[in-house]
Amino acid sequence: MSKYETIIGLEVHVELATETKIFCSCPTSFGSAPNTNVCPICLGFPGALPVLNKKAVEYAVMAGLALNCEIPAFSKFDRKNYFYPDLPKAYQISQYDQPVALNGYLEIDVDGKEKRIGITRIHLEEDAGKLIHAEYGGYSLADYNRGGVPLIEIVSEPEINSPEEAKAYLEKLRSIILYTGISDVKMEEGSLRCDANISIRPVGSKEFGTRVEIKNMNSFRAVQRALEYEVQRHQEVLASGGTLVQETRRWDENNGVTISMRSKEEADDYRYFPDPDLVPVVVPAQWVEEIRQKLPELPDARRKRYQQQYKLSAYDAEVITASKQMADFFEATLKEYDDPKAVANWLMGDIAKHLNTEGIEINETKLTPSHLAELLALLDKGTISGKIAKTVFEEMFASGKKPAQIVEEKGLVQISDEGAIAAVVDQVIAENPKAVEDYRSGQQKAMGFLVGQVMKLTRGKANPQLVNKLLREKL
Amino acid sequence: MFAKLTITAAADKLAKNEISAYELTEAALKRIEETDEQVKAFITVTKEEALKTAAEIDKKRRQGEKLGVLAGIPVAYKDNMCTDGVLTTCASKMLHNFIPPYSATVVELLQQAGSVMLGKTNLDEFAIGSSTENSAFFTTHNPWDLQRVAGGSSGGSAAAVAAGQVLFALGTDTGGSIRQPSAFCGVVGLKPTYGLVSRYGVVAFSSSLDQVGPITKSVEDCALVMNVLAQHDPRDSTSVKLDTADYTASLTGEVKGLKIGVPKEYFGEGIDPRVKAAVHKALDVLISLGAEAGEISLPLTEYTIPVYYLIAPAELSSNLARFDGVRYGYRSEADDLEAMYIKTRSEGLGTEVKRRIMLGTYALSADRYDDFYLKALKARTLIRQDFDRAFAQYDLLLTPTTPNVSYIKGEVKDLLTEYMNDYCTAGASLAGLPAISVPCGYVDGLPVGMQLIGKPFAEATILRAAHAYEQNCGLERKLPTLNEMGGSPSEQV
Repeated sequence: MSKYETIIGLEVHVELATETKIFCSCPTSFGSAPNTNVCPICLGFPGALPVLNKKAVEYAVMAGLALNCEIPAFSKFDRKNYFYPDLPKAYQISQYDQPVALNGYLEIDVDGKEKRIGITRIHLEEDAGKLIHAEYGGYSLADYNRGGVPLIEIVSEPEINSPEEAKAYLEKLRSIILYTGISDVKMEEGSLRCDANISIRPVGSKEFGTRVEIKNMNSFRAVQRALEYEVQRHQEVLASGGTLVQETRRWDENNGVTISMRSKEEADDYRYFPDPDLVPVVVPAQWVEEIRQKLPELPDARRKRYQQQYKLSAYDAEVITASKQMADFFEATLKEYDDPKAVANWLMGDIAKHLNTEGIEINETKLTPSHLAELLALLDKGTISGKIAKTVFEEMFASGKKPAQIVEEKGLVQISDEGAIAAVVDQVIAENPKAVEDYRSGQQKAMGFLVGQVMKLTRGKANPQLVNKLLREKL
Repeated sequence: MFAKLTITAAADKLAKNEISAYELTEAALKRIEETDEQVKAFITVTKEEALKTAAEIDKKRRQGEKLGVLAGIPVAYKDNMCTDGVLTTCASKMLHNFIPPYSATVVELLQQAGSVMLGKTNLDEFAIGSSTENSAFFTTHNPWDLQRVAGGSSGGSAAAVAAGQVLFALGTDTGGSIRQPSAFCGVVGLKPTYGLVSRYGVVAFSSSLDQVGPITKSVEDCALVMNVLAQHDPRDSTSVKLDTADYTASLTGEVKGLKIGVPKEYFGEGIDPRVKAAVHKALDVLISLGAEAGEISLPLTEYTIPVYYLIAPAELSSNLARFDGVRYGYRSEADDLEAMYIKTRSEGLGTEVKRRIMLGTYALSADRYDDFYLKALKARTLIRQDFDRAFAQYDLLLTPTTPNVSYIKGEVKDLLTEYMNDYCTAGASLAGLPAISVPCGYVDGLPVGMQLIGKPFAEATILRAAHAYEQNCGLERKLPTLNEMGGSPSEQV
């Protein structure tokens, strides 16, 4: 164990899935042609004024409630001033000292240990546009479609003590946000972005070490890797008697290193001040209650319920409830097929494998809870074997057809007629004297071969128990 | 004669078909043609659009459509108000080529009311200044004496109305920019309560202070225009929701029992005694009509200018940051981004604008924020409370609009003297109160303005008092000397 303790705080930006931008009525849709979702307001034209989108406030409050925050009755918007071509007004409308939500937390579980990570604040702000730099320099192109899309910035307390905890925090945060439906939190589309502050200090020390901010991490995995790299780097610098510089560093995914961007001395003075174009945001207690009523059951509560109600293991409950879609699918399937463990196994096994490969959520597939329930019922009735069930599942997943229809069309019904199987067994015994001889001289492996031959001739449909039984009898 | 025509009189002629909107527009264009070489009120004259609009109004009238009082009335807009498809420069090199694809709400409202836009008027660059000498293009001359300034920053609008080029104009007022030029040019100028008139599409100087208001030849005209401008605008978050008022209905001529406070700090050393005398005489007229007056104190008045010159520059330093050469307006080419920003802004913005950007940037900087900006905000609250106390006793306050009458161009060289132009007007701005400047006499043949400050949203009260005064002051509404110069006024330029 190292003699240093790692201190990490995360700043997570989440794009809110409102229909329109935070201060104008332009659509927020992703992937439109450049500069088509723009107007004088989000382009910062002279005289244009912002008007707050109430839905954005509602979503931010919802995030605050889901993350156990206090919702102050009053918050305000400030201007963060800096020049950059992706920021049309040369200031970002953000919240400086009176954010929409404060003092929350979320719970993570790393190696079976539960831990509460504090959330300092959640504030609302507008996103900037996007610059595309010409490959060989000389010019940059600006696309302002994203400019003015509502964001919340969720700032954690510096209570994360390892890169694994950081990853767990992000996964839990993503899961909670997905449950609330206020964002699709897709890191690859930029609707979730994460910056990290990290420092290390000798175990037992009360003072914080020199803090470094890391940017440009484009996946949870990248966050973990970048933080692991930084922990290592900090320890090496200190071990060699060096001093760390307070600075901002960029994660270079290809080379697996962080690179210095700018030091504290070069840091901007953003000259925050209250935006005089906007009036204070008043969030009455009654509205907060209305929003609270709209909150769905959140992952932690659902996980505990699954353990109690469905007797799932802590691990299974955690995996199933991590995604709201998965958990909803689970419960819908249980309505038609009452064996939680069996359903959970399918969801966590074959189904999860497909979802991971294709990078989609379960509700984006052709699979339905009814079909899964029907497949499990066919298995129970012995209509199909476990092996055939996998074949049927593949077809069902790909085509969206009902399992019974697939079984019917492909003639996959299990053969459980002893007479029919016995005929095939006789044929196999006759055609494989060598294997029969081996089995009789005590080589158990030969039995497997013979079973395989029977299954081959019946195209996998023979009831495996019957095949075994008949072979043993006849030999 | 056209130059003396008020909205009220013109509307009457239009209604009676004694004149058409087209003829009125032609007369205005002719007047502009004859006088603007001397006055220099306009940056852009929209001749063809004006004639076209006027013809459309006439057609509507012929077809019996019900038209408002302002239908067919020629108007000019200060060139910091966006006009769809029409050059909007803010008198800055930075926006020398800027044609907005939208109109300010106030412009739309007047368009809907049928007013005919004749053009865009000169101002101090981005409305920063009080003489139009900060215009990047030229200085507007006072129609009463072409050697003198028209005041500012809405100097072009005030001069255009005073010179009889248009029947009314819109200005913007941040610390006195409607009232001071109105006083200098001998016309009526109202800065409404903050929030009464939409700021949407008006290029921001200081967002917490800016208000649009009318500049007219009479108080009644002012009320008519306010009837159109005072509307809630969902595009401006600071625009208030009030029932629409009929300001002309308040012009009863009745001021009996009206309590007028006279703040002694506005009649101190820095005020020209002749200006004081004119304003006192005006007060006497109101008293003679039955108003009651009493001297009061606004002890924080001396802090008005310092507070104003922290808050306004702070906001403008942020508001003007968007002029960076990236998307529109002036752009200077350079090798890299930072050099492009620096060159564009160094070349595109004028000296005074840059000075105030520096002032404001400094006031907002992390190390100075608490001492300057935050302190100014607190002082602003105290100044507002000063006014609140006064209004607990009085219905309105009466002061001079400006410490002096108009001065010779280039005469004021030091900044403090220039900034003191706002001494009488910045207080009402900081407190967000409505204030009107009404002509109340002459000093050396130059107009003097009296300011009436009202409670929040008490425009009706100050208009009523201003109107009663105007009807009973015995001052003849004179035309500026420009008109009397006859043959070759250009010699005076």
